[in-house]
Amino acid sequence: MSGGVRHLYVHLPFCASRCGYCDFVTVVGLQGQHGAYVTALLAELELEGGVLAAPLESVFLGGGTPTLTAPGELERLLHALPPAEEITVEANPETVTPELAALLRECGVTRVSLGAQSFQPRLLEVLERRARPDDVRRAFWTLRGAGLDNLSLDLIYGIPEQSPCDLDADLDEALALKPEHLSCYELEAKPGTRFTHAHGAELARQAEAMESYFERVVARLTESGYRWYETANFCRSPSLADRRDLRSRHNLAYWRGRDYLGLGIGAVSTIEGQRWRTTPRLARYLAALAAGEQPERELEALPAPVQQSERVLLGLRLDEPLLLDGLDDAVDAEALERLERLGLVERAAGGTLALTERGRFLGGGVTAELLA
Amino acid sequence: MKQERIRNFSIIAHIDHGKSTLADRILEVTDTVTGREMRAQVLDTMELERERGITIKAQAVRVTWKGHELNLIDTPGHVDFTYEVSRSLQACEGALLVVDAAQGIEAQTVANAYLAIENDLEIVPVVNKIDLPSADADGAAAEIAELIGDTPEHVLRISAKTGEGIEDVLDAIVERISPPAGDPAAPARALIFDSSYDQYRGVVAFVRVVDGSFSARKPLRAMAQGTRFESEEVGFLSPTMQAAEALGAGEVGYVITGLKDVSRLRVGDTLTSERNPASEPLPGYKDVKPMVFAGLFPTDSDEYPALRDALERLKLNDGSLFYEPETSQALGFGFRCGFLGLLHMEIVRERLEREFDLDLIVTAPNVAYRVLTKAGEELEVHNPSEMPREVERVEEPYIKASIIVPKDHVGPVMELNTERRGRFDHMEYLSEERVLLVYELPLAEIVLDYYDQLKSRTRGYASFDYDVVGFREGNLERVDVLIAGEPVDALSLIVHRDGAYARGRMLVDRLREEIPRQFFDVAVQAAIGSRVIARETIKAKRKDVLAKCYGGDISRKRKLLERQKAGKKRMKQVGAVEVPQEAFLAVLNLDGNKK
Repeated sequence: MSGGVRHLYVHLPFCASRCGYCDFVTVVGLQGQHGAYVTALLAELELEGGVLAAPLESVFLGGGTPTLTAPGELERLLHALPPAEEITVEANPETVTPELAALLRECGVTRVSLGAQSFQPRLLEVLERRARPDDVRRAFWTLRGAGLDNLSLDLIYGIPEQSPCDLDADLDEALALKPEHLSCYELEAKPGTRFTHAHGAELARQAEAMESYFERVVARLTESGYRWYETANFCRSPSLADRRDLRSRHNLAYWRGRDYLGLGIGAVSTIEGQRWRTTPRLARYLAALAAGEQPERELEALPAPVQQSERVLLGLRLDEPLLLDGLDDAVDAEALERLERLGLVERAAGGTLALTERGRFLGGGVTAELLA
Repeated sequence: MKQERIRNFSIIAHIDHGKSTLADRILEVTDTVTGREMRAQVLDTMELERERGITIKAQAVRVTWKGHELNLIDTPGHVDFTYEVSRSLQACEGALLVVDAAQGIEAQTVANAYLAIENDLEIVPVVNKIDLPSADADGAAAEIAELIGDTPEHVLRISAKTGEGIEDVLDAIVERISPPAGDPAAPARALIFDSSYDQYRGVVAFVRVVDGSFSARKPLRAMAQGTRFESEEVGFLSPTMQAAEALGAGEVGYVITGLKDVSRLRVGDTLTSERNPASEPLPGYKDVKPMVFAGLFPTDSDEYPALRDALERLKLNDGSLFYEPETSQALGFGFRCGFLGLLHMEIVRERLEREFDLDLIVTAPNVAYRVLTKAGEELEVHNPSEMPREVERVEEPYIKASIIVPKDHVGPVMELNTERRGRFDHMEYLSEERVLLVYELPLAEIVLDYYDQLKSRTRGYASFDYDVVGFREGNLERVDVLIAGEPVDALSLIVHRDGAYARGRMLVDRLREEIPRQFFDVAVQAAIGSRVIARETIKAKRKDVLAKCYGGDISRKRKLLERQKAGKKRMKQVGAVEVPQEAFLAVLNLDGNKK
């Protein structure tokens, strides 16, 4: 391995059931395929791994439900992956057992992202999640007990039938666990999905409440000593975490426009101005790699102006200033001035640009206006 | 042809009562066109006319019947063209008054019948569509006889569709209508009752010769406008153009003028010979002025030159269309156009969109105002945003409206007219069931949605016609709209003082719905002068983010932002506020159903 790509994503698509709101590439059932899939992943690593640097900065195992993968196969995979400074695995609370926690720890996993979503039983049901609130807490303490010292919780807000009190309760419960990291997303219901169909009117009502929910989330978490370092991501401030930087290094790489390799079905890679997405179809993926061939992929060329636009749209999600050097063509100078007058963006010495606090709440619209 | 063997007549009828079909049948029965040449409704040449069933441009066709020369002068069939109708009628000695056997008399029938009576025309009453299962020929004949003071037995009963009774109609024209008077030896005089523009031959005038005669290559003059030209050719339509040596007294035909501008030859003017001019023009010439105005703006500002060219071309054939460049800070470059009425506006808009493939924003129509400023200056104002702040007096056009409704719907119609500042004139029973209501109303009160309201409050049974009767002083206010403190010219309106607060409130409410939330609070105000009469605040957006964005989402999120960006480009910028184009049409539907 002698390339320059320092970030690796591995997709593990298997799930026990599909949650109504989910739009990731997932595979339900097919427990018998875990071994074949891991074998295929390792074959793909063999084919594509030449671009990777050694050592890697980050590896991220996402899903699906990576922790649903048969333990033996998960272990085989983790042992075969190249070493990295940060290795994150996504986990669903109901899959976390002491054995699994020990396995992750032993295989060098440094960080676990736990899909809590909510602590309210009825909201978990609306989301079609299998875990109950106790499962979330138990999973958290099990991982902690195994010595994992970088845990993240995912929360979702804007769930049908959620009230502001429910949101406060969720934030209280999450903060009580003192996780190193929190990701808080508004529920995105894609039009035409079963979920949207079932909850249409209620989703519309939640959309109206969404802006106060977002403000509430940011206010509560920052008051509690978390750094709002990306639009939807928070980490314990270094002063409260033995000076550790607890931002997700893997995700920071995306937001800073770094190259990354993705393995597995539906995984996206972006390397040197090329982006591709591997086929999301399991059978084709397995067949191609069994034959020693590269699986089908969807290619997207990223010409320089597109890369620059992406740098702006990703960079402005962060709380760190964006260096404008080389991005002049991507930014509409007139819009920049207008937004500056409105107190939504700030230019600083050294040719950097950052959103103001208010600007961050309006980041999407501000970026749309800013892009030339 | 000797004068006593000539008959000049028109057909007057409500839309859809069968005027065009009757005209077609007359051409057929007199062998003017053969069956093979017969195209349904030969006289309506414009695509739009056929589609809407309205005759826009009058024309004249000569047919021969039992040794007589019959000239059928087609009249435009709608309220906006009353003046043109009256000129066409003046060119005739008689008129067929056609009424649908199933529908009976409509408001337009009454208006045009009165117009014909005023012009001393012999009226030949005809009940058409007697073949319809729902026909009540006796009822319709009784109504029509009552209207014109004739006996029901004298009313012809026909079916233009099947051809039944057409020959009786032709005989009646010969028997009942007098031959044209006029002096063949006097200095030449002809009434221009229509004109059109031919790409190759210039302006073609359609005329009725009253005295003397006209022939080709003679210097001529239009007496009211003073336009001089040489006749290139004279002739008649049968139904295509047939050149003739001369058009004699009493005859109807065309004169090719070689003029390049249709507005130099106005309907109602008198043509005479330059060498031996008549001393007096024919009576009745009026300079018709547009009464309804609206701004026309291209949706895409790059289409401005195309819109200008299209208006120029329409104007060639439509002397009553008026336009001048207008700049709106909100809608950009466009034209302020003047129309005879609402239908005229609708037809122009449709032709621009259909024949010239333009995408237009049409602002809310307003009427012409006559203003006397404090400084003693007299102005005609065509655009609310140009109304001076300090005025001594404002006059607005008034109409006399004739409305025919079944008697059960009289109440709602009176209510509507009262809401619209109408003054009751009189009411008469046309039959036991149907009532004619006559009101005077400010034209401004009908330009927006009066007709829709009338239809909906009478379940579609009302028919309506109007005639402008003059200007009257009104207690009017100019209401301006300010968005974030900036006045928006395209949204100004002029309303009666009593309705100003309610209008201002509705307008502000509608705009609050139409304008999306921005990055800052936006005040929407309605004001009379510096006095704010209604205000709403569009609260600033507090959240506008794409929830999550990781390695697999970037392309999709980028495209989402690109779409968001494109959406913003379609908005119009008012100061720092982005206003969707729909918002400018909010004034159009103030009373209409809210979304």
